[in-house]
Amino acid sequence: MNSFKLCIDLILSQFQTLGTVLQHTFTKADTVEYPEQQVALFPRYRGRIVLTRDPDGLERCVACNLCAVACPVDCIALQKSEDQEGRWYPDFFRINFSRCIMCGFCEEACPTYAIQLTPDFEMCEYDRQSMVYEKEDLLIDGTGKYHDYNFYRIAGKSIAGKGKGEAENEAPPIDVKTLLP
Amino acid sequence: MATLHIDGQAYQVSLGDNLLKTALALGLDLPYFCWHPALGSVGSCRQCAVLQYHNAEDSKGRLVMACMTPVSDGLRIGLQAAEAQQFRSDILELLMTNHPHDCPVCEEGGECHLQDMTVLTGHTSRRFRSLKRSHQNQYLGPFINHEMNRCIACYRCVRFYNDYAGGDDLHVLGIHNNVYFGRHEPGVLENEFSGNLVEVCPTGVFTDKTLSQHYTRKWDLQAAPSICMHCSLGCNTSPGERYGQLRRIVNRYHGEVNGYFLCDRGRFGYDFVNSSQRITTALIKQQAQSDPEIITKHWRKLCVDQKIIGIASSRASLEANYALQQLVGQDNFYQGLGLQELSLIKQVLALLKKPPATIATLKQVESADAVIILGEDITNTAPRLALAVRQALRNESFTLAKTLQLARWLDAAVREAAQNQHSPLIIASCHSTRLDGVASEVVSGNPETIARFAFALAHRLHGKSPSVSDLTPEQQLQVERVAKVLSKAQRPLVISGTGSHSSEVLAAAANLIKALPASHKMMSLVVPDANSIGVGLFDGSSFIEAKQRMDKGDIHTVVVLENDLYRHGEHAEISDWLDSVKHLVVIDHSLNPTAERAELLLPSASFAETEGTLLSSEGRAQRFFAVMPLSDQVKHNWRWLALAAADNWQQFDQLSLACYQAIAELEPALAMTPNAAYRVHGMKIPRQPHRYSGRTAVTADIHVSEEQQPQDLNSALDFSMEGSLGHRPPALNPGVWAPSWNSNQAVNKFQDESGDHLRGGDPGVRLFDKVYKGRWHPPAKPLPHREPSELVIQPLHHIFGSEELSNGASAIKQRSPDLYVALNPAQAQDLGMRDNDPVALHSRYAQYHLPLKILPGLCTGILGLPVGLPGMPVIEGGTTVKLHRLNNGEAGND
Ligand code: SF4
Ligand code: SF4
Ligand code: SF4
Ligand code: SF4
Ligand code: FES
Repeated sequence: MNSFKLCIDLILSQFQTLGTVLQHTFTKADTVEYPEQQVALFPRYRGRIVLTRDPDGLERCVACNLCAVACPVDCIALQKSEDQEGRWYPDFFRINFSRCIMCGFCEEACPTYAIQLTPDFEMCEYDRQSMVYEKEDLLIDGTGKYHDYNFYRIAGKSIAGKGKGEAENEAPPIDVKTLLP
Repeated sequence: MATLHIDGQAYQVSLGDNLLKTALALGLDLPYFCWHPALGSVGSCRQCAVLQYHNAEDSKGRLVMACMTPVSDGLRIGLQAAEAQQFRSDILELLMTNHPHDCPVCEEGGECHLQDMTVLTGHTSRRFRSLKRSHQNQYLGPFINHEMNRCIACYRCVRFYNDYAGGDDLHVLGIHNNVYFGRHEPGVLENEFSGNLVEVCPTGVFTDKTLSQHYTRKWDLQAAPSICMHCSLGCNTSPGERYGQLRRIVNRYHGEVNGYFLCDRGRFGYDFVNSSQRITTALIKQQAQSDPEIITKHWRKLCVDQKIIGIASSRASLEANYALQQLVGQDNFYQGLGLQELSLIKQVLALLKKPPATIATLKQVESADAVIILGEDITNTAPRLALAVRQALRNESFTLAKTLQLARWLDAAVREAAQNQHSPLIIASCHSTRLDGVASEVVSGNPETIARFAFALAHRLHGKSPSVSDLTPEQQLQVERVAKVLSKAQRPLVISGTGSHSSEVLAAAANLIKALPASHKMMSLVVPDANSIGVGLFDGSSFIEAKQRMDKGDIHTVVVLENDLYRHGEHAEISDWLDSVKHLVVIDHSLNPTAERAELLLPSASFAETEGTLLSSEGRAQRFFAVMPLSDQVKHNWRWLALAAADNWQQFDQLSLACYQAIAELEPALAMTPNAAYRVHGMKIPRQPHRYSGRTAVTADIHVSEEQQPQDLNSALDFSMEGSLGHRPPALNPGVWAPSWNSNQAVNKFQDESGDHLRGGDPGVRLFDKVYKGRWHPPAKPLPHREPSELVIQPLHHIFGSEELSNGASAIKQRSPDLYVALNPAQAQDLGMRDNDPVALHSRYAQYHLPLKILPGLCTGILGLPVGLPGMPVIEGGTTVKLHRLNNGEAGND
């Protein structure tokens, strides 16, 4: 008895599907006539990767290597360097875009908001070698999607212009010689 | 054996240890901070809390600290009990209240015990909203960074530095929540073991400054099991490489040798591998030559001639020296050592081959209940041994603890009970040493005096040992005192070595060892280089002796294997020697004065790019492996040697096998390390961690398609992140990592149930385990008569500066002393000389101009000559020389 009902349901569902397909003939198309027509991309679209700067205009990347280790295709390589006053920055920073799958893991791993994916996917090249981007190619002048965050203002490590005890939510340095509570 | 119940499961464990160590050895994860396997328990951090139940019915239990709880039969523990977990997570949250937001810019990140424990306890988000405490940092010298904000006040650093390593310039300053771990003022951390703070501190307060200068996270370091090249003890290391550069060295645990600690020379001496002094291309008559065919042709042309000799190296592997011997033939094989050096090594080797007592491993050194050091400045010639001796001195307190029924791992209690009591340490030296402060008796005298003291002591302990006469009454009393101490000892240890350049001291030490009445007596003899013992197994006289043959025209080509001959004789003498060489071939990895004179200079691999076997002073054969692939034109030293002749030994294993079979003593080593065909689950062992990053980007700037990973035909390791993560033999383990344990504390996952040895056996094979009767050595000659103006050369060793390879590391260079010669204050006054005066030293070959240093504690009649400093004259110890003060206008060496 149940199997008879099932049969009918299945047949009906075939007609329903046909109906849906037919309906689409009269609705507006989702695809666009690229490249004549440009695509509307949203700010959080995951495309070409950039390195951003902090609100003070300094390089945000601290060369912590977290993006590199998070990357499932291992297409990020960099080397930490340090300026006279203790600020870490990448000596070189390379992304092999011919390998990148635009997964966004690097952005998620980044503790400083330095690395960000942008709404740009137009990266075709005739020569695959041109898909290898160095820091000069990646570093932009702005803050990208996150305008306010400045890692070094929160971190305890001192850098030029921010001594010990001057980070957010930090008390002035301890005087070890005092015996007062 | 006892039954221990943890979370309802029964385990069979041995009694005597604390619960934390036992639980970790069982493979369980229990967070901790202040406990350290080598430092014992103080129970201060409260991180290792567990529930202890009274009996099977008790379901409530009470919180105890696992590190302070002895394992007892029937003990019932709740490790995962909710209350215990909650407590541990709360403690961690408290420790983190002041912790800076630093991980991304912290050198510890990725191998941080604090990170690991934070994740393990489940503390994921910060609730504390008040101000964070902050601290100023200090400059601590070229080895160590200081970032005090990251401290969690576990006290491990000071416990290691002061209590364990005997340092006195790292303190806890300040009070209560403000405690500060640093020096009284910024400055170089003076202790020779300061580098271990990097591994002992569970956070990023103390980090490796040399690593920081070319920083790489642990997960990006390609590593391999290696052996330290900077002294004869054979400490196990794990060097790490990235982008073709050696980036750091960390300790590789070995239950019988180095345990958890290295010395600073071993840890920071690696940088010579990256130095601009490295030889990267072959040079023919000083012209760079990159065509391999031309090089090989030239090399072979120089070799076909039968008139060839080879000069061996005590810093190259057994295999390389064997390959050299095969190339030139046994009769043409010479040791790359001066006459005195060689005879001393031979003397040591004779004692090792038929040892009159157990040759102590470093672990056994720690078990000695009385130590006597004869004429060897071990802090500077075999530093890790000095650290082991310091631990031996604690045995008295462990005996006391036993009578008080205190477990030996209750660190604070045992130290409190013992106060300043030490097991006896007797030091006989011609200058003050770093161990004097903990010595019970210091015998001060030149090597002749030391030898006579030891001969007399041996005679006093054993009537058959030859006696010496004409001791002063004072010396006789000293002999009496020391004899009493040594005859009481159950596990006495005699330490000596080649350091004071005196065969008499060695002979006297041998008599003393034989004379000791204890059945568990031990000995330890220090030699200069990582493979001094190994190369000593080959027959061959000193290269100095080849001079006659050369002058006769018997020799055309001289092949020098990794050896700077200028370190083995006076400059004029060696230059003269080299002048009579027709064709000089040098195989080496770094430029040195000998290499600069080569007609054909062949670039060989440093220890970081090649493999081989070394024989430590303990007679332990150990393998080291290449950390990184060879660069372009560089070849393994043994490959160069193979190329010259029959081009046999395409693979290292073939050479190694031939070498082990050729030398009778090496037979036990045949079974030592798995060979290149060894596989774990059918796969090779990866040198790179499984999280190695950037593989498709590292060389993308050169070419976007990745090259194939370099193959390694010489070992079971691979230059890759692919391979088996399964259990590998300890001798093939590049480094430690385990799930949840990213820091070096992961080593507890690689140790056997006792936590003392590596699972699968501690690497290496000891060759001289059988104890013989030995023979009595003839007593010292009567003291020679000397004019007051005559001074006797005595070598002074420096941990930083005396060893050839580490001198190429920039951090070590910063710690090396400037050139000097040293006199005792009274004698300097007699001679009318003051500190820093320019003086002229007249030797057999030349006159040297050097600044004078007044050295309190140095014996009279001695001219202290620092060993191995670049530019320092090399004069055998015991040589008589004259010294005069330079007047204005006299200048320049001649
Ligand atoms: S987007 Fe994904 S694949 Fe691309 S670089 Fe980032 S982590 Fe790697
Ligand atoms: S994760 Fe961010 S800060 Fe860290 S290296 Fe990558 S881009 Fe730089
Ligand atoms: S010490 Fe550890 S937890 Fe603290 S900042 Fe460094 S890596 Fe992070
Ligand atoms: S500096 Fe490191 S080892 Fe010393 S107390 Fe602080 S966290 Fe512990
Ligand atoms: S490890 Fe047990 S209290 Fe610190």
